[in-house]
Formats: sequence, structure tokens, C-alpha cells
Amino acid sequence: MSVIEEITDWAGSQEDILWKVVQNYVNVGGWTSVVTSVPAANMAAARVCSVVPVLLKCGNYSFSVNVETAKLSKQVLCRSISQNSALCRKNLAAAGPEKFTAEFIQKQIEEFNIGKRHLANIMGEDPENFSQEDIDRSIAYLFPSGLFEKKARPLMKHPDEIFPMQRAVQWGKDRRPFHFLFYTGKQSYYSLMHELYGKMLNIEKHQDRLRSKGLFSKDGHKISLGMSRWLTKEELEALLVENISTHDYNRFIQIMERLLSMPYCNIEEEFVLRFRHLLQTQSRHQMVSALQKDENGVAFSSAEGCRKTSHSTVVLRDCGSGRLSVNGQDSLLYFPVLQDREQLMFPMQFTGTLGRFDLECTVSGGGRSSQAGALRLAISRALLSFLSPSEREMMRQAGLLTPDPRVRERKKPGQEGARRKFTWKKR
Amino acid sequence: MALHRLSLRLRPTVAHVRSIHTSRYGRQQEAAAVDSESEPISVFRTQENDPASQSEKQIGQFYTLPAEHIRLLFPHGLPNRYQQQVKTFNEACMMVRQPALEAISYLKKADYSKPALRYLFYGVKGSGKTMSLCHSVHFCYTQGWVVLHIPDAHLWVKNCKELMPSSYKSSRFDQPLQATSWLRNFKITNEPFLSKIKIKQRYVWTKRESTEEGRPLGELVDQGTSRVKSSSDVVAAVMKELRLQCGHPESNFRLAVAVDGVNALWGKSTIKKEDKSAVDPEELTLVYNLRKLLKNDWIGGAIITTLSQTGSLYTPKSAYLPQELLGERGFDSMDPFIPLSVPNYSEKEFESCYLYYTERNWLQHPQSRTEEGKKELIFLSNRNPTMFDRLCGFL
Repeated sequence: MSVIEEITDWAGSQEDILWKVVQNYVNVGGWTSVVTSVPAANMAAARVCSVVPVLLKCGNYSFSVNVETAKLSKQVLCRSISQNSALCRKNLAAAGPEKFTAEFIQKQIEEFNIGKRHLANIMGEDPENFSQEDIDRSIAYLFPSGLFEKKARPLMKHPDEIFPMQRAVQWGKDRRPFHFLFYTGKQSYYSLMHELYGKMLNIEKHQDRLRSKGLFSKDGHKISLGMSRWLTKEELEALLVENISTHDYNRFIQIMERLLSMPYCNIEEEFVLRFRHLLQTQSRHQMVSALQKDENGVAFSSAEGCRKTSHSTVVLRDCGSGRLSVNGQDSLLYFPVLQDREQLMFPMQFTGTLGRFDLECTVSGGGRSSQAGALRLAISRALLSFLSPSEREMMRQAGLLTPDPRVRERKKPGQEGARRKFTWKKR
Repeated sequence: MALHRLSLRLRPTVAHVRSIHTSRYGRQQEAAAVDSESEPISVFRTQENDPASQSEKQIGQFYTLPAEHIRLLFPHGLPNRYQQQVKTFNEACMMVRQPALEAISYLKKADYSKPALRYLFYGVKGSGKTMSLCHSVHFCYTQGWVVLHIPDAHLWVKNCKELMPSSYKSSRFDQPLQATSWLRNFKITNEPFLSKIKIKQRYVWTKRESTEEGRPLGELVDQGTSRVKSSSDVVAAVMKELRLQCGHPESNFRLAVAVDGVNALWGKSTIKKEDKSAVDPEELTLVYNLRKLLKNDWIGGAIITTLSQTGSLYTPKSAYLPQELLGERGFDSMDPFIPLSVPNYSEKEFESCYLYYTERNWLQHPQSRTEEGKKELIFLSNRNPTMFDRLCGFL
């Protein structure tokens, strides 16, 4: 029986129909959360229709997409259709934090890999070379979402990144612990410190060897750290999969610093760099528009900019007069407010090229302030092609080249505006 | 850019921007100390304080208007901001600019046995039209003309508190308040002529009051200021007398009619009648008579006017050309006229104004004295005189 017939057969509620579809054709772990993140309460039939054709195309194989859930996945898997959503919620509140067994994680990994191949098939790409970026791209294409919070959007990642790392059972069948430091309580931390001490001894032994050969020098071979920082306490806890106190963390950092101060510590470079986090360099390559020459030999460049809902284009000519026209009008007429004109002036004042250029601007959409902001961005982008790299870097750091991401927040139901709530009445 | 200090023999300096009450004796003592070395005169000032002797060489330079002239000639004519500036700087310096010079040269060369020529200053908002008008009016005053200066015609077509039906013609409306204030200012300006000019017609105001012919004009004006009810008719009478008399060879005066915001006369008005219908400007006595005066059917004088978008009603902000602001009717009545375009400051004029403000210590921000600051000011104000003045106001 096809899906459509099953739906029409079933005389139950909308919610029940969806469950039926999902149960028959999809391995329940993933799709439910894709369609709803709240248990079955606010589903729209339209979404089912978009899901169903996709399902039909995939055929009848069990296809699961491991999607970030709101702690529902395990419980939701095994319950029957006719259970009320209200009962569901009560169950979840009672349970503590999730504990995932090793087999469960293993199963999830297998499902993820199979799902990856299916996704590659859907998108018509090569399943062998389907990377995480391709997965993200495909999911964003198949499930477009307008939510501002990136973490709330549908995603498909390797289970190791989704499920928090948990410690396997620390003792064997005879109930004797595996690790020799188990009874300290913080076995990973103390084993790390022990390893650290071993490295220090190693370095000292190396120094002695060199001294015996006569090649020792006090300032030899330190580790070059570059732009990196020590792991924070939270990151270290995540690495060791156990809780550490602040005192322990400080002690750890202290000893690492001590190790770094010893000469000839570069033999343990790999070990040290494992605990350092590279600071991402911000200098992304700017798109510089080319410098063109028009018929009189005057160099000009054009650029675009937007802010909120305004779009603008600017043509910057290297004439030598400081003329400025906006949409064919004088800038005084178009922007009677001083603030807007100051915004226009800022890129050129910052680079010291005030009287040098001729500006021809066109702008549309938005209001007075957003048009001024859009023009400012366009002017700074157009200026890039006339400047040296160091000046470009200064402009970037001044924030002239960053498009302002703020847009109008949507109004939510049950509230009067985006944030304003209705007047609260006590009774 | 060096700051030049003038020697005190030529004109008094102001020690601090905002102090109006500097003592004379203190300055003279200072002058005695400094007087031994005579300072070079500033680039942007000129000593030719008489508009008649100014020529193109003085374009961009400031000349000083004597305080007496300001008090007599411009009780109501200067723009508000300029009046405040005069009060602050303790001197009235006006820039010599090309449109005003052109108008003055025409005034000098015109043949006054032909019908009066009409001059119209037009330009974007804040480009200096009223100031050019005042400059030309100053010229006329120094030449000994009778000056009929209406500071802003827009004031006559809006915000009227009292509107009376006219006693002379029932379809028209009187505005006693505006008429009396204007008559008072007219009296201040043209004091010497009021006794010389004699009226040629008998005017009956009420059953008991009338002005006989042969009486001096001053009496007519007093009649208007004392009897508020008939003041609009007095204005009409004054205009008629002056118009008729100034062409005659026996009368030795010339008439300068200066109207600011002339587009108000042919535009719309916001005054409403009791039944809430709008009043056409033609139905107002003052406007009607002024229109008659603006027609070039009289000889022996000149009509200098300005357009103004700022006070005008129901016109778009970007309109500044004569055709747009005057409308069809206005353009037809004003045609033919000599249009004089008043542009924003040229580079030289801007430089001169900047130097003047710096010398007067009006630009106090340290960065405004640098080259960079000057470029910023040019950009932000786009060389518009008003905008530049407003910008410097809070620097």
C-alpha cells in the first residue's frame, strides 16, 4: 500500500497520520526531529507533504538522518503512536542526564555513515568523497531555515560531535579498575600530571647529554608558540572527560609554563601544542574591486554595499574635486541631517583622502540611516582599490568593511513586538 | 594659516567670542601698547565700506556695515541668524559676492526715466539670497533712496491672528497687526523722507478723520500706527503715493522696493475664513497692493526681490528655480525680470569665510584649525553658507 493510501485510510488525527507515515517508512531516530522539534504538537500538514515526496523518491530503504534533537531521540524511538504528547513531557522531566552506551554510539556512527551515502545519492554527488562541508551544504539546501540562532537550524554531524564524550566503564569483570590511579578520583588529571613530569625528566636528561658533549647553551631551542593560547578550564575538562577544580587547572598551567621555560624543550613540542589553542587570524582576504580607467584617463572604481534593506552603488573617481552627488541630487538636499553626512565622510576622512575623490552614488530602499550606512560601506569598498595593504588592514580594523548584520527582528506571536510583551495584568 | 590681528585704529577687536560688554577703555589701553607696530590688514577684509565703491576685486572679502545703518536700515530685514552673529561679534560684516555686485552695477547704470527694472535673486536653500538683497538695499540707502523693504512676504500669508474684512472693499481682508509693525519699521528706515514727501490726494479714514493733501507722508504713517483698524489701508496709500511720486521730475528721490520671499504673493495661503475656506492671497489688502507695486508701470526706481522656499507653503523642498516657486501666475506677472543666480560659496569665498570665523575665534575646536578639519567642513557643508554657519556654531 502506498503512503497516500495509508494516510487516507487512517481515520485518526493529523498527528497520528504523521506518526504512521514516519514509522512505516523511516527509521524513527531522525526524521521526527527534522520535521518537528517539539513532540508532535505543532506539526503542519504542509511539512508532511514536502517530506513525503522525498521519502517516496528514496524508495523503501530505511534512511535515517541523525539530527540534533532536544533530548527526545532515545525515548521517542520506542513509544507507541497513540500516546499523548502531554504524557511524553512528564516522562522526560523525570529522567536525568542522558547516558549513552558504547553500542548505541556505535550504532549511531554506522547510521550516520549510511545516511551520508544516501544524502550524497540524493544530491547526485559521489558518495565516496562526501565531506562534512558537502553535508552541511546539502542539509541547508534541503531544509532551509530562517532562524537566526545557528544552533537551532537542522544539522547533520558525526555522532562524536553531537553526543558528549562519556567515560567508558573503568573496571573489568572482576571489578578491579583498569587504571592504576583510579582511586585518586581524578585519574586522567593525575595521569596527565605524571606524564608531564616524565616529559620534564626527559628534557633534563637530554640537557645532561648535551652538557656532557659540551654543546649545551642556555637559550637554545625553545618552542615557538605563535598566536595560540592555553586551553581553558572547560576545554581541558572536555579533553580529559572529567571535572577538574580551578586549583588543579592553575597548577597544570604553572607546570606547563615551567616546562616551556626550560631550554631544549622543543623535543616535547608536540605534547605541549596539544594543549594550546590556535587563535584564528582574522585577516580574511578582501575582495578588492579592480581599478578601471574611463575615457579621459581618470581612474575610477565602483562598489556596492547594503545595510538592513538599503542597497547602494558608488562610483569613485580620482578627479581631485570633492564633489558628491546622491541619486542625482546634492548631498545636502538628500541628507539634510548632519549625522548621515558624517557617515558618508567617515571612510574618506579616516584614510585622509577627503578632497581627492568625486563620488557618484545611487541608493534605494530602507530609511535615512540605513541608506547612509549602505553608502558608507560601498564607499569604503570602493576606496580599497586605491589604498595600500596596510591601509586596507587599518580600514578593516576600524570596522569600515564589515557589513552590519543587524536586521529587524521578527514579531513573535503572544507578544506585542519583537521583545515587548503585552501589559501584564495581575488578574 | 596665520591669524592676522587688525590694528585697533581701524576697528575694535573682540577679546572673547561671547563677551559683548568689553570696556572701551580697556581696549584703548591695549591699543596704545600695540599701536607702536602697525599690523598688516587681513586678507579677507576690505576697507571699502561703501557699496557704491566696491568692485570685483573685493569679491570674497568682508566689509563692515556701520552700526547706525544697521539700526536704521534693517530693523526687520536681516536674517535671524545673521542678527545673532552681529550681536555676538559686535560688528556687522558682510561678504561681497558676485550676484549682489551685479545687481548694484545694474542699479548704477539703469535709466530711471524708464519703467522700473525687476531683479530676482534665486538659488538653493541657504545660499545667501537674503544677504544679497540686504547688500543691494544697503547700496540704495547709501545713495539716498527711499527704501520699501518687506522682510518676508510669507509672514503676510500665514499665521494671521487677526483678519478683518476691509473697510475699503468688502471682498478683501485686512491684516492690522502685520500692517502696523511694517509701518513702524518703515518709519524708522525712512525718517528723513517722511517730512519731505507730501501726499497728493485726500484720504478719508472715518467720518471724523481724514488726511488732507499736502500733508507730509509722516502724518499718514502716524495715522496708520495709531489707528490700527485702518493700518492696511494706510499701507496701501503709502505705496500708492510713493509709486506715483517717485517718477516725477520735481521729486528728487528714487524708490527701492525690496521684497524677500516674493513667491508668497502668488502662492497659497494658510489663512482661513470663518467658514474654513482658504483665503486667496489676492483677497488680502496688503498682498493686493504689493502686487500693484511690483508691476513695472512706474518709473524712477528699482524692484529687488528674492525667492524663498523655506517659508513657502505647499512647495517641494527641492524647488529653487523661479518657474517652480513662482508658479504660472507669478512668473507671468514678474516677467520680464533680471534673474540673478546665487550659488554656494566658491573656494575663495569659503576660504575667506573660514578665515573670518577663525579670526573671530568662532571656531574653537583645535582640529578645525587644521587642513584636515577644513576639508571636513567643506565636505559636510558642501560650501553652503547657512550649513557652514550652523556647523561652525557648535565647533
